[in-house]
Amino acid sequence: MSGALLEARGLRLAFGGVRAADGIDLDVLRGEFLAIIGPNGAGKTTFLNMTTGYLRPQAGTIAYEGESILGLAPRAIVRRGIGRSFQLPQLFTEHTVLENAALAVAAREGIWSPLTPLLRRRWREEAMEILARFGLAALAATRADALNEGARKLADIAMAVALNPRLLLMDEPTSGVAAAEKMAIVETLVRVLRESGVTAVFVEHDMEVVERFADRVAVWSQGRIVALGPPGQVLADPAVQREVIGIERHA
Amino acid sequence: MMRRGAEASIALLGAAGVLAAAWAAPWLKFVLTIALAKGIAVLGILLLLRAGQVTFGHAVYLAAGAYTVAFLAPSAGEAFLLLPVAALVSGLLGLVVGLFVVRYRDIFFGMLNLAISMVFYSLLEKLYSLTRGTDGIRVEPPRIAGFSLALEDYVWAMLILALVLAVGFGVLVRAYLASPMGQALAGIKTRETRLEFMGVSARRVLLAAYVLSALMGGVGGAIVGMTTRHVTPLLAYWTSSGELVFIAILGGAGAALGPFLGAVGYELVRVYAAASFAEAWQAILGAVLLLVILFAPGGLWGMISGLLGRGRPGRPA
Ligand SMILES: Nc1ncnc2c1ncn2[C@@H]1O[C@H](COP(=O)(O)OP(=O)(O)OP(=O)(O)O)[C@@H](O)[C@H]1O
Ligand SMILES: [Mg+2]
Repeated sequence: MSGALLEARGLRLAFGGVRAADGIDLDVLRGEFLAIIGPNGAGKTTFLNMTTGYLRPQAGTIAYEGESILGLAPRAIVRRGIGRSFQLPQLFTEHTVLENAALAVAAREGIWSPLTPLLRRRWREEAMEILARFGLAALAATRADALNEGARKLADIAMAVALNPRLLLMDEPTSGVAAAEKMAIVETLVRVLRESGVTAVFVEHDMEVVERFADRVAVWSQGRIVALGPPGQVLADPAVQREVIGIERHA
Repeated sequence: MMRRGAEASIALLGAAGVLAAAWAAPWLKFVLTIALAKGIAVLGILLLLRAGQVTFGHAVYLAAGAYTVAFLAPSAGEAFLLLPVAALVSGLLGLVVGLFVVRYRDIFFGMLNLAISMVFYSLLEKLYSLTRGTDGIRVEPPRIAGFSLALEDYVWAMLILALVLAVGFGVLVRAYLASPMGQALAGIKTRETRLEFMGVSARRVLLAAYVLSALMGGVGGAIVGMTTRHVTPLLAYWTSSGELVFIAILGGAGAALGPFLGAVGYELVRVYAAASFAEAWQAILGAVLLLVILFAPGGLWGMISGLLGRGRPGRPA
Protein backbone atom coordinates (compact mmCIF):
# COMPACT_ATOMS: atom_id res chain seq x y z
CA MET A 1 0.00 0.00 0.00
CA SER A 2 1.40 3.38 -0.95
CA GLY A 3 1.75 6.12 1.61
CA ALA A 4 -0.73 8.36 -0.17
CA LEU A 5 -4.36 8.25 0.89
CA LEU A 6 -5.44 10.88 -1.61
CA GLU A 7 -3.71 11.58 -4.90
CA ALA A 8 -4.61 14.63 -6.97
CA ARG A 9 -3.00 15.09 -10.37
CA GLY A 10 -3.21 18.01 -12.77
CA LEU A 11 -6.46 19.47 -11.41
CA ARG A 12 -7.71 22.41 -13.40
CA LEU A 13 -10.81 24.48 -12.98
CA ALA A 14 -11.49 28.00 -14.22
CA PHE A 15 -14.46 30.22 -13.48
CA GLY A 16 -14.62 32.49 -16.50
CA GLY A 17 -11.13 33.97 -16.55
CA VAL A 18 -10.32 33.07 -12.94
CA ARG A 19 -8.10 30.00 -12.65
CA ALA A 20 -9.15 28.64 -9.28
CA ALA A 21 -7.14 25.46 -9.92
CA ASP A 22 -4.32 25.68 -12.38
CA GLY A 23 -2.59 22.31 -12.31
CA ILE A 24 -2.80 21.02 -8.74
CA ASP A 25 -0.67 17.94 -7.93
CA LEU A 26 -0.87 16.80 -4.33
CA ASP A 27 -0.50 13.61 -2.32
CA VAL A 28 -2.11 13.49 1.09
CA LEU A 29 -0.17 10.96 3.14
CA ARG A 30 -1.81 8.42 5.41
CA GLY A 31 -2.09 9.73 8.95
CA GLU A 32 -0.66 13.18 8.33
CA PHE A 33 -2.03 16.61 9.21
CA LEU A 34 -1.63 18.73 6.11
CA ALA A 35 -2.20 22.48 6.34
CA ILE A 36 -3.20 24.53 3.31
CA ILE A 37 -2.32 28.20 3.48
CA GLY A 38 -2.52 30.99 0.96
CA PRO A 39 -4.15 34.36 0.30
CA ASN A 40 -7.86 34.92 -0.23
CA GLY A 41 -9.05 33.67 -3.58
CA ALA A 42 -6.02 31.38 -4.06
CA GLY A 43 -8.27 28.37 -4.67
CA LYS A 44 -8.05 26.57 -1.34
CA THR A 45 -11.78 26.01 -0.96
CA THR A 46 -12.01 25.09 -4.63
CA PHE A 47 -9.57 22.24 -4.00
CA LEU A 48 -11.76 20.91 -1.18
CA ASN A 49 -14.84 21.33 -3.36
CA MET A 50 -13.27 19.25 -6.13
CA THR A 51 -12.09 16.59 -3.72
CA THR A 52 -15.54 16.19 -2.19
CA GLY A 53 -17.42 16.07 -5.48
CA TYR A 54 -19.09 19.45 -5.06
CA LEU A 55 -17.26 20.83 -8.10
CA ARG A 56 -15.99 18.80 -10.99
CA PRO A 57 -12.52 19.68 -12.30
CA GLN A 58 -12.21 20.45 -16.02
CA ALA A 59 -9.05 18.36 -16.16
CA GLY A 60 -7.05 16.09 -13.90
CA THR A 61 -7.67 13.07 -11.69
CA ILE A 62 -8.37 12.44 -8.02
CA ALA A 63 -7.85 9.03 -6.45
CA TYR A 64 -8.73 8.00 -2.90
CA GLU A 65 -7.32 4.70 -1.59
CA GLY A 66 -6.03 4.10 -5.12
CA GLU A 67 -9.47 4.43 -6.74
CA SER A 68 -10.73 7.32 -8.82
CA ILE A 69 -13.44 9.35 -7.15
CA LEU A 70 -13.81 11.73 -10.05
CA GLY A 71 -17.41 12.32 -11.01
CA LEU A 72 -18.85 10.75 -7.86
CA ALA A 73 -21.58 12.65 -6.04
CA PRO A 74 -20.64 14.20 -2.69
CA ARG A 75 -22.68 11.62 -0.82
CA ALA A 76 -20.89 8.74 -2.54
CA ILE A 77 -17.53 10.27 -1.66
CA VAL A 78 -18.62 10.79 1.95
CA ARG A 79 -19.61 7.15 2.18
CA ARG A 80 -16.12 6.15 1.08
CA GLY A 81 -14.74 7.90 4.14
CA ILE A 82 -13.96 11.49 3.19
CA GLY A 83 -15.53 13.96 5.62
CA ARG A 84 -15.80 17.68 5.26
CA SER A 85 -16.40 20.72 7.39
CA PHE A 86 -17.20 24.09 5.90
CA GLN A 87 -15.81 27.60 5.79
CA LEU A 88 -19.42 28.73 6.33
CA PRO A 89 -20.86 26.18 8.78
CA GLN A 90 -23.62 24.05 7.26
CA LEU A 91 -25.94 23.24 10.13
CA PHE A 92 -29.62 22.35 10.24
CA THR A 93 -30.60 25.72 11.65
CA GLU A 94 -34.02 24.75 13.00
CA HIS A 95 -32.64 21.76 14.87
CA THR A 96 -30.80 21.72 18.19
CA VAL A 97 -27.07 21.05 18.34
CA LEU A 98 -27.83 17.58 19.72
CA GLU A 99 -30.26 16.81 16.89
CA ASN A 100 -27.67 17.97 14.37
CA ALA A 101 -25.05 15.64 15.80
CA ALA A 102 -27.53 12.77 16.20
CA LEU A 103 -28.58 13.12 12.57
CA ALA A 104 -24.96 12.75 11.55
CA VAL A 105 -24.57 9.65 13.73
CA ALA A 106 -27.79 8.21 12.33
CA ALA A 107 -26.73 9.07 8.78
CA ARG A 108 -23.61 7.00 9.24
CA GLU A 109 -25.69 3.95 10.10
CA GLY A 110 -28.27 4.64 7.41
CA ILE A 111 -31.27 6.79 8.20
CA TRP A 112 -33.87 4.60 6.56
CA SER A 113 -35.74 3.49 9.63
CA PRO A 114 -38.95 5.51 9.71
CA LEU A 115 -40.11 4.38 13.13
CA THR A 116 -36.91 4.67 15.19
CA PRO A 117 -36.72 7.97 17.07
CA LEU A 118 -33.72 10.10 16.16
CA LEU A 119 -33.07 10.69 19.84
CA ARG A 120 -33.14 7.00 20.73
CA ARG A 121 -30.66 6.28 23.42
CA ARG A 122 -27.80 4.86 21.34
CA TRP A 123 -27.72 7.74 18.86
CA ARG A 124 -28.32 10.36 21.51
CA GLU A 125 -25.55 9.04 23.72
CA GLU A 126 -23.04 8.86 20.91
CA ALA A 127 -24.01 12.36 19.76
CA MET A 128 -23.62 13.68 23.31
CA GLU A 129 -20.26 12.00 23.61
CA ILE A 130 -19.03 13.64 20.40
CA LEU A 131 -20.36 17.03 21.49
CA ALA A 132 -18.62 16.60 24.82
CA ARG A 133 -15.31 15.95 23.07
CA PHE A 134 -15.72 19.30 21.34
CA GLY A 135 -16.79 21.08 24.51
CA LEU A 136 -20.31 21.56 23.16
CA ALA A 137 -22.22 19.47 25.68
CA ALA A 138 -23.64 22.53 27.45
CA LEU A 139 -25.06 23.77 24.15
CA ALA A 140 -26.72 20.47 23.21
CA ALA A 141 -30.25 21.83 23.64
CA THR A 142 -29.56 25.13 21.88
CA ARG A 143 -30.96 25.66 18.40
CA ALA A 144 -28.17 25.77 15.85
CA ASP A 145 -29.19 29.20 14.56
CA ALA A 146 -28.68 30.66 18.03
CA LEU A 147 -24.99 29.68 18.29
CA ASN A 148 -22.11 32.11 18.03
CA GLU A 149 -19.67 31.77 15.16
CA GLY A 150 -17.09 29.75 17.08
CA ALA A 151 -19.60 27.21 18.37
CA ARG A 152 -21.14 26.90 14.91
CA LYS A 153 -17.71 26.08 13.51
CA LEU A 154 -17.13 23.42 16.12
CA ALA A 155 -20.57 21.89 15.69
CA ASP A 156 -19.92 21.76 11.96
CA ILE A 157 -16.67 19.85 12.55
CA ALA A 158 -18.34 17.61 15.13
CA MET A 159 -20.91 16.59 12.52
CA ALA A 160 -18.18 15.66 10.08
CA VAL A 161 -16.33 13.69 12.77
CA ALA A 162 -19.54 11.88 13.75
CA LEU A 163 -19.45 10.20 10.35
CA ASN A 164 -16.14 8.52 11.29
CA PRO A 165 -14.21 9.68 8.23
CA ARG A 166 -10.73 8.37 7.50
CA LEU A 167 -9.85 11.59 5.70
CA LEU A 168 -11.24 14.85 7.07
CA LEU A 169 -11.09 18.08 5.08
CA MET A 170 -11.61 21.19 7.18
CA ASP A 171 -12.06 24.64 5.70
CA GLU A 172 -10.73 27.24 8.16
CA PRO A 173 -11.71 25.34 11.32
CA THR A 174 -10.53 28.11 13.63
CA SER A 175 -11.80 31.24 11.89
CA GLY A 176 -14.45 32.86 14.05
CA VAL A 177 -13.25 31.02 17.14
CA ALA A 178 -12.26 33.51 19.85
CA ALA A 179 -8.47 33.89 20.07
CA ALA A 180 -8.43 33.00 23.77
CA GLU A 181 -10.07 29.62 23.17
CA LYS A 182 -8.46 28.85 19.84
CA MET A 183 -5.39 26.86 20.91
CA ALA A 184 -7.32 24.79 23.43
CA ILE A 185 -9.91 23.94 20.83
CA VAL A 186 -7.37 22.99 18.19
CA GLU A 187 -5.53 20.87 20.73
CA THR A 188 -8.75 19.03 21.52
CA LEU A 189 -9.55 18.62 17.85
CA VAL A 190 -6.10 17.31 17.03
CA ARG A 191 -6.22 14.87 19.93
CA VAL A 192 -9.64 13.58 18.86
CA LEU A 193 -8.43 13.07 15.30
CA ARG A 194 -5.09 11.49 16.24
CA GLU A 195 -6.81 9.10 18.63
CA SER A 196 -9.09 7.88 15.89
CA GLY A 197 -6.30 7.74 13.31
CA VAL A 198 -7.91 10.30 11.02
CA THR A 199 -5.86 11.91 8.27
CA ALA A 200 -6.61 15.63 8.11
CA VAL A 201 -6.30 18.44 5.60
CA PHE A 202 -7.11 21.88 6.94
CA VAL A 203 -7.15 25.31 5.42
CA GLU A 204 -5.72 27.70 8.00
CA HIS A 205 -4.92 31.37 8.25
CA ASP A 206 -3.27 31.27 11.69
CA MET A 207 0.46 30.52 11.26
CA GLU A 208 0.86 29.65 14.92
CA VAL A 209 -1.70 26.86 14.52
CA VAL A 210 0.03 25.68 11.35
CA GLU A 211 3.43 25.66 13.01
CA ARG A 212 2.25 23.72 16.03
CA PHE A 213 -0.10 21.18 14.50
CA ALA A 214 0.72 20.58 10.84
CA ASP A 215 3.08 17.83 9.70
CA ARG A 216 3.33 19.46 6.29
CA VAL A 217 2.19 22.74 4.74
CA ALA A 218 1.06 23.34 1.17
CA VAL A 219 1.14 26.94 0.02
CA TRP A 220 -1.53 27.94 -2.47
CA SER A 221 -1.25 30.93 -4.78
CA GLN A 222 -3.42 31.68 -7.81
CA GLY A 223 -4.63 28.13 -8.23
CA ARG A 224 -1.19 26.54 -7.80
CA ILE A 225 0.88 24.96 -5.08
CA VAL A 226 3.99 27.11 -4.80
CA ALA A 227 5.62 25.41 -1.82
CA LEU A 228 5.18 22.12 0.06
CA GLY A 229 7.06 20.72 3.04
CA PRO A 230 7.43 20.73 6.82
CA PRO A 231 6.21 23.97 8.45
CA GLY A 232 9.66 24.88 9.82
CA GLN A 233 11.10 24.88 6.34
CA VAL A 234 8.17 26.30 4.32
CA LEU A 235 7.28 29.12 6.68
CA ALA A 236 10.94 30.18 6.81
CA ASP A 237 11.14 30.52 3.01
CA PRO A 238 11.51 34.25 2.23
CA ALA A 239 9.36 34.01 -0.89
CA VAL A 240 6.54 32.38 1.06
CA GLN A 241 6.91 34.94 3.82
CA ARG A 242 6.75 37.81 1.40
CA GLU A 243 3.98 36.59 -0.87
CA VAL A 244 1.74 34.64 1.42
CA ILE A 245 2.35 35.18 5.08
CA GLY A 246 2.73 38.94 4.64
CA ILE A 247 -0.63 38.95 2.92
CA GLU A 248 -2.06 36.56 5.48
CA ARG A 249 -1.16 38.87 8.30
CA HIS A 250 -3.17 41.63 6.70
CA ALA A 251 -5.98 39.44 5.45
CA MET B 1 -41.86 19.82 22.86
CA MET B 2 -45.42 18.78 23.64
CA ARG B 3 -45.42 15.82 25.93
CA ARG B 4 -46.52 12.58 24.39
CA GLY B 5 -49.19 12.19 27.08
CA ALA B 6 -50.76 15.58 26.41
CA GLU B 7 -50.98 14.95 22.70
CA ALA B 8 -52.45 11.49 23.22
CA SER B 9 -55.05 12.91 25.63
CA ILE B 10 -56.11 15.56 23.14
CA ALA B 11 -56.35 12.91 20.41
CA LEU B 12 -58.48 10.67 22.63
CA LEU B 13 -60.69 13.57 23.65
CA GLY B 14 -61.06 14.50 20.00
CA ALA B 15 -61.98 10.94 19.00
CA ALA B 16 -64.55 10.74 21.80
CA GLY B 17 -65.86 14.16 20.76
CA VAL B 18 -66.32 12.97 17.19
CA LEU B 19 -68.31 9.92 18.32
CA ALA B 20 -70.42 11.95 20.76
CA ALA B 21 -71.20 14.58 18.13
CA ALA B 22 -72.14 11.90 15.59
CA TRP B 23 -74.45 10.29 18.12
CA ALA B 24 -76.09 13.57 19.13
CA ALA B 25 -76.48 14.89 15.57
CA PRO B 26 -76.71 11.99 13.14
CA TRP B 27 -76.34 14.18 10.04
CA LEU B 28 -72.85 15.10 11.31
CA LYS B 29 -71.61 11.55 10.67
CA PHE B 30 -71.22 12.24 6.97
CA VAL B 31 -69.44 15.56 7.53
CA LEU B 32 -67.08 14.09 10.14
CA THR B 33 -66.21 11.06 8.03
CA ILE B 34 -65.28 13.31 5.11
CA ALA B 35 -63.31 15.54 7.47
CA LEU B 36 -61.32 12.59 8.84
CA ALA B 37 -60.66 11.31 5.32
CA LYS B 38 -59.36 14.70 4.23
CA GLY B 39 -57.35 14.91 7.45
CA ILE B 40 -55.55 11.69 6.49
CA ALA B 41 -54.74 13.16 3.07
CA VAL B 42 -53.56 16.40 4.70
CA LEU B 43 -51.20 14.43 6.95
CA GLY B 44 -49.33 13.74 3.73
CA ILE B 45 -49.17 17.45 2.93
CA LEU B 46 -47.81 18.01 6.42
CA LEU B 47 -44.90 15.64 5.70
CA LEU B 48 -43.98 17.63 2.61
CA LEU B 49 -44.39 20.91 4.47
CA ARG B 50 -41.72 19.69 6.88
CA ALA B 51 -39.35 19.73 3.94
CA GLY B 52 -40.52 23.26 3.12
CA GLN B 53 -42.38 22.02 0.05
CA VAL B 54 -45.99 22.87 -0.77
CA THR B 55 -47.86 20.85 -3.36
CA PHE B 56 -50.83 22.24 -5.24
CA GLY B 57 -51.68 18.92 -6.82
CA HIS B 58 -52.18 16.53 -3.93
CA ALA B 59 -55.87 15.97 -4.65
CA VAL B 60 -54.80 13.75 -7.53
CA TYR B 61 -53.90 11.04 -5.00
CA LEU B 62 -57.20 11.43 -3.24
CA ALA B 63 -58.93 11.10 -6.61
CA ALA B 64 -56.81 8.05 -7.47
CA GLY B 65 -57.99 6.36 -4.27
CA ALA B 66 -61.61 7.30 -4.88
CA TYR B 67 -61.58 6.11 -8.50
CA THR B 68 -59.91 2.86 -7.49
CA VAL B 69 -62.89 2.28 -5.22
CA ALA B 70 -65.33 3.28 -7.96
CA PHE B 71 -63.72 0.95 -10.53
CA LEU B 72 -63.34 -2.05 -8.23
CA ALA B 73 -66.46 -1.82 -6.06
CA PRO B 74 -68.71 -3.67 -8.57
CA SER B 75 -66.41 -6.69 -8.73
CA ALA B 76 -64.75 -6.53 -5.30
CA GLY B 77 -67.17 -4.75 -2.99
CA GLU B 78 -65.33 -5.19 0.29
CA ALA B 79 -64.03 -2.17 2.19
CA PHE B 80 -61.09 -4.07 3.68
CA LEU B 81 -59.97 -4.97 0.18
CA LEU B 82 -60.74 -1.64 -1.48
CA LEU B 83 -58.82 0.39 1.10
CA PRO B 84 -55.43 -1.30 0.78
CA VAL B 85 -55.72 -1.52 -3.01
CA ALA B 86 -56.56 2.20 -3.20
CA ALA B 87 -53.57 2.94 -0.95
CA LEU B 88 -51.34 0.83 -3.19
CA VAL B 89 -52.56 2.45 -6.42
CA SER B 90 -52.05 5.96 -5.05
CA GLY B 91 -48.71 5.02 -3.55
CA LEU B 92 -47.51 3.65 -6.91
CA LEU B 93 -48.75 6.74 -8.71
CA GLY B 94 -46.90 8.78 -6.09
CA LEU B 95 -43.74 6.80 -6.74
CA VAL B 96 -43.88 7.39 -10.50
CA VAL B 97 -44.68 11.10 -10.19
CA GLY B 98 -42.36 11.46 -7.21
CA LEU B 99 -39.30 10.16 -9.09
CA PHE B 100 -39.75 13.21 -11.27
CA VAL B 101 -40.95 15.98 -8.93
CA VAL B 102 -38.47 15.40 -6.06
CA ARG B 103 -35.80 16.87 -8.30
CA TYR B 104 -37.46 20.24 -7.89
CA ARG B 105 -37.97 22.59 -4.99
CA ASP B 106 -40.26 25.38 -3.89
CA ILE B 107 -42.38 27.03 -6.57
CA PHE B 108 -41.27 24.51 -9.19
CA PHE B 109 -42.23 21.61 -6.95
CA GLY B 110 -45.62 23.16 -6.23
CA MET B 111 -46.38 24.02 -9.84
CA LEU B 112 -45.21 20.69 -11.28
CA ASN B 113 -47.52 18.88 -8.91
CA LEU B 114 -50.32 21.20 -9.99
CA ALA B 115 -49.59 20.58 -13.67
CA ILE B 116 -49.52 16.80 -13.25
CA SER B 117 -52.76 16.82 -11.29
CA MET B 118 -54.43 18.85 -14.05
CA VAL B 119 -53.34 16.31 -16.64
CA PHE B 120 -55.02 13.58 -14.60
CA TYR B 121 -58.06 15.77 -14.12
CA SER B 122 -58.53 16.14 -17.86
CA LEU B 123 -57.99 12.42 -18.39
CA LEU B 124 -60.74 11.66 -15.87
CA GLU B 125 -62.97 14.16 -17.62
CA LYS B 126 -62.22 13.14 -21.21
CA LEU B 127 -62.03 9.33 -21.03
CA TYR B 128 -65.80 9.13 -20.92
CA SER B 129 -66.14 5.45 -21.75
CA LEU B 130 -64.01 4.59 -18.74
CA THR B 131 -64.87 7.31 -16.22
CA ARG B 132 -68.23 8.67 -17.47
CA GLY B 133 -66.61 12.09 -17.54
CA THR B 134 -68.10 14.84 -15.39
CA ASP B 135 -71.14 12.66 -14.63
CA GLY B 136 -68.86 10.57 -12.49
CA ILE B 137 -69.36 7.03 -11.20
CA ARG B 138 -71.85 5.91 -8.58
CA VAL B 139 -70.47 3.55 -5.94
CA GLU B 140 -72.58 0.86 -4.29
CA PRO B 141 -71.83 0.56 -0.57
CA PRO B 142 -69.27 -2.22 -0.24
CA ARG B 143 -69.43 -4.95 2.38
CA ILE B 144 -67.46 -4.24 5.52
CA ALA B 145 -65.56 -7.25 6.84
CA GLY B 146 -67.97 -9.44 4.92
CA PHE B 147 -71.16 -7.80 6.23
CA SER B 148 -73.64 -6.04 3.98
CA LEU B 149 -74.90 -3.36 6.33
CA ALA B 150 -78.11 -1.35 6.32
CA LEU B 151 -77.46 2.26 5.36
CA GLU B 152 -77.62 3.69 8.88
CA ASP B 153 -75.15 1.07 10.18
CA TYR B 154 -72.96 1.50 7.11
CA VAL B 155 -72.62 5.24 7.80
CA TRP B 156 -71.62 4.50 11.38
CA ALA B 157 -69.14 1.87 10.26
CA MET B 158 -67.53 4.24 7.77
CA LEU B 159 -67.14 6.90 10.46
CA ILE B 160 -65.53 4.44 12.85
CA LEU B 161 -63.29 3.07 10.13
CA ALA B 162 -62.20 6.61 9.22
CA LEU B 163 -61.56 7.37 12.88
CA VAL B 164 -59.43 4.26 13.39
CA LEU B 165 -57.41 4.98 10.25
CA ALA B 166 -56.98 8.62 11.25
CA VAL B 167 -55.58 7.61 14.63
CA GLY B 168 -53.38 4.95 13.03
CA PHE B 169 -51.90 7.25 10.43
CA GLY B 170 -51.59 10.05 12.99
CA VAL B 171 -49.47 7.81 15.21
CA LEU B 172 -47.46 6.64 12.20
CA VAL B 173 -46.73 10.17 10.98
CA ARG B 174 -45.81 11.27 14.47
CA ALA B 175 -43.23 8.49 14.71
CA TYR B 176 -42.02 9.17 11.18
CA LEU B 177 -41.42 12.84 11.93
CA ALA B 178 -39.38 12.00 15.02
CA SER B 179 -37.25 9.48 13.11
CA PRO B 180 -34.08 10.36 11.21
CA MET B 181 -36.08 10.18 7.98
CA GLY B 182 -38.52 12.77 9.29
CA GLN B 183 -35.83 14.95 10.80
CA ALA B 184 -33.89 14.80 7.54
CA LEU B 185 -37.02 16.14 5.84
CA ALA B 186 -36.73 19.24 7.99
CA GLY B 187 -33.06 19.27 7.01
CA ILE B 188 -34.07 19.61 3.36
CA LYS B 189 -35.75 22.86 4.32
CA THR B 190 -32.78 24.34 6.14
CA ARG B 191 -29.56 22.78 4.77
CA GLU B 192 -29.87 20.36 1.94
CA THR B 193 -26.12 20.47 1.15
CA ARG B 194 -25.29 19.12 4.58
CA LEU B 195 -27.53 16.13 4.02
CA GLU B 196 -25.57 15.25 0.89
CA PHE B 197 -22.32 15.68 2.80
CA MET B 198 -23.63 13.25 5.40
CA GLY B 199 -23.95 10.65 2.67
CA VAL B 200 -27.73 11.01 2.50
CA SER B 201 -29.65 11.56 -0.71
CA ALA B 202 -32.04 14.44 -0.11
CA ARG B 203 -34.08 13.33 -3.10
CA ARG B 204 -34.60 9.90 -1.63
CA VAL B 205 -35.61 11.41 1.70
CA LEU B 206 -38.19 13.52 -0.08
CA LEU B 207 -39.30 10.64 -2.30
CA ALA B 208 -40.00 8.40 0.68
CA ALA B 209 -42.16 11.11 2.24
CA TYR B 210 -43.83 11.80 -1.08
CA VAL B 211 -44.83 8.17 -1.60
CA LEU B 212 -46.16 7.93 1.94
CA SER B 213 -48.10 11.15 1.43
CA ALA B 214 -49.58 9.85 -1.83
CA LEU B 215 -50.54 6.61 -0.11
CA MET B 216 -52.35 8.50 2.64
CA GLY B 217 -54.05 10.59 -0.04
CA GLY B 218 -55.29 7.32 -1.54
CA VAL B 219 -56.64 6.11 1.80
CA GLY B 220 -58.44 9.42 2.30
CA GLY B 221 -59.81 9.20 -1.24
CA ALA B 222 -61.05 5.65 -0.74
CA ILE B 223 -63.00 6.74 2.34
CA VAL B 224 -64.39 9.73 0.44
CA GLY B 225 -65.45 7.44 -2.41
CA MET B 226 -67.15 4.94 -0.11
CA THR B 227 -68.84 7.71 1.89
CA THR B 228 -70.08 10.08 -0.82
CA ARG B 229 -70.70 7.05 -3.08
CA HIS B 230 -70.32 9.30 -6.09
CA VAL B 231 -66.88 9.89 -7.60
CA THR B 232 -66.29 12.74 -10.06
CA PRO B 233 -63.23 14.35 -11.68
CA LEU B 234 -63.79 17.37 -9.44
CA LEU B 235 -61.94 15.40 -6.74
CA ALA B 236 -58.72 15.93 -8.74
CA TYR B 237 -59.39 19.54 -9.71
CA TRP B 238 -56.89 22.13 -8.51
CA THR B 239 -59.41 23.71 -6.15
CA SER B 240 -59.54 20.39 -4.29
CA SER B 241 -55.77 20.46 -3.95
CA GLY B 242 -55.96 24.04 -2.74
CA GLU B 243 -58.53 22.95 -0.19
CA LEU B 244 -56.08 20.39 1.24
CA VAL B 245 -53.36 23.04 1.57
CA PHE B 246 -55.93 25.34 3.16
CA ILE B 247 -56.74 22.66 5.73
CA ALA B 248 -53.06 22.09 6.44
CA ILE B 249 -52.52 25.78 7.20
CA LEU B 250 -55.76 26.10 9.16
CA GLY B 251 -54.91 23.10 11.33
CA GLY B 252 -51.22 23.87 11.69
CA ALA B 253 -48.22 21.90 10.51
CA GLY B 254 -46.65 21.56 13.96
CA ALA B 255 -48.14 18.20 14.92
CA ALA B 256 -49.96 15.21 13.50
CA LEU B 257 -53.19 16.40 15.15
CA GLY B 258 -53.18 19.61 13.13
CA PRO B 259 -54.62 18.17 9.90
CA PHE B 260 -57.60 16.69 11.74
CA LEU B 261 -58.35 19.87 13.67
CA GLY B 262 -58.07 21.74 10.39
CA ALA B 263 -60.25 19.30 8.47
CA VAL B 264 -63.03 19.21 11.06
CA GLY B 265 -62.91 23.00 11.43
CA TYR B 266 -62.96 23.45 7.67
CA GLU B 267 -65.85 21.09 7.01
CA LEU B 268 -67.94 22.58 9.82
CA VAL B 269 -67.34 26.17 8.69
CA ARG B 270 -68.12 25.11 5.16
CA VAL B 271 -71.36 23.36 6.02
CA TYR B 272 -72.63 26.13 8.32
CA ALA B 273 -71.47 28.96 6.11
CA ALA B 274 -72.93 27.34 3.01
CA ALA B 275 -76.25 26.83 4.78
CA SER B 276 -76.46 30.31 6.28
CA PHE B 277 -74.78 32.47 3.66
CA ALA B 278 -75.06 30.53 0.43
CA GLU B 279 -73.44 33.28 -1.61
CA ALA B 280 -70.68 34.26 0.75
CA TRP B 281 -69.28 31.07 2.19
CA GLN B 282 -66.10 31.17 0.16
CA ALA B 283 -65.51 34.72 1.36
CA ILE B 284 -65.97 33.49 4.93
CA LEU B 285 -63.43 30.70 4.40
CA GLY B 286 -61.03 33.21 2.88
CA ALA B 287 -61.42 35.51 5.87
CA VAL B 288 -60.81 32.60 8.26
CA LEU B 289 -57.62 31.67 6.41
CA LEU B 290 -56.44 35.26 6.45
CA LEU B 291 -57.02 35.52 10.19
CA VAL B 292 -55.13 32.28 10.81
CA ILE B 293 -52.15 33.36 8.73
CA LEU B 294 -52.01 36.79 10.36
CA PHE B 295 -52.74 35.92 13.96
CA ALA B 296 -52.16 32.20 14.44
CA PRO B 297 -49.46 31.02 12.06
CA GLY B 298 -49.27 27.77 14.04
CA GLY B 299 -52.91 27.09 13.08
CA LEU B 300 -55.54 25.59 15.35
CA TRP B 301 -52.97 23.19 16.77
CA GLY B 302 -50.66 26.09 17.57
CA MET B 303 -53.50 27.83 19.41
CA ILE B 304 -54.35 24.76 21.46
CA SER B 305 -50.78 23.87 22.36
CA GLY B 306 -50.18 27.54 23.13
CA LEU B 307 -53.14 27.55 25.50
CA LEU B 308 -51.83 24.46 27.20
CA GLY B 309 -48.59 26.36 27.57
CA ARG B 310 -46.39 23.43 26.74
CA GLY B 311 -46.24 23.28 22.99
CA ARG B 312 -43.91 25.12 20.73
CA PRO B 313 -45.73 25.53 17.44
CA GLY B 314 -43.57 25.14 14.37
CA ARG B 315 -41.08 22.88 16.10
CA PRO B 316 -40.88 19.19 15.35
CA ALA B 317 -43.32 17.43 17.60
N1 LIG C 1 -18.53 28.48 -7.69
C1 LIG C 1 -17.76 29.50 -8.13
N2 LIG C 1 -18.16 30.28 -9.15
C2 LIG C 1 -17.40 31.29 -9.60
N3 LIG C 1 -16.22 31.62 -9.08
C3 LIG C 1 -15.77 30.89 -8.05
C4 LIG C 1 -16.52 29.80 -7.51
N4 LIG C 1 -15.82 29.26 -6.49
C5 LIG C 1 -14.69 29.98 -6.39
N5 LIG C 1 -14.64 30.96 -7.33
C6 LIG C 1 -13.54 31.88 -7.53
O1 LIG C 1 -12.37 31.10 -7.59
C7 LIG C 1 -11.31 31.75 -6.87
C8 LIG C 1 -10.81 30.84 -5.77
O2 LIG C 1 -11.84 30.76 -4.78
P1 LIG C 1 -11.70 29.91 -3.44
O3 LIG C 1 -12.97 30.06 -2.72
O4 LIG C 1 -11.25 28.56 -3.78
O5 LIG C 1 -10.54 30.70 -2.70
P2 LIG C 1 -9.97 30.47 -1.24
O6 LIG C 1 -8.51 30.24 -1.39
O7 LIG C 1 -10.75 29.47 -0.51
O8 LIG C 1 -10.18 31.92 -0.61
P3 LIG C 1 -10.59 32.35 0.89
O9 LIG C 1 -9.36 32.37 1.69
O10 LIG C 1 -11.16 33.72 0.70
O11 LIG C 1 -11.60 31.38 1.36
C9 LIG C 1 -11.88 33.07 -6.35
O12 LIG C 1 -11.53 34.08 -7.27
C10 LIG C 1 -13.37 32.82 -6.37
O13 LIG C 1 -14.05 34.04 -6.58
MG1 LIG D 1 -11.96 29.46 1.12
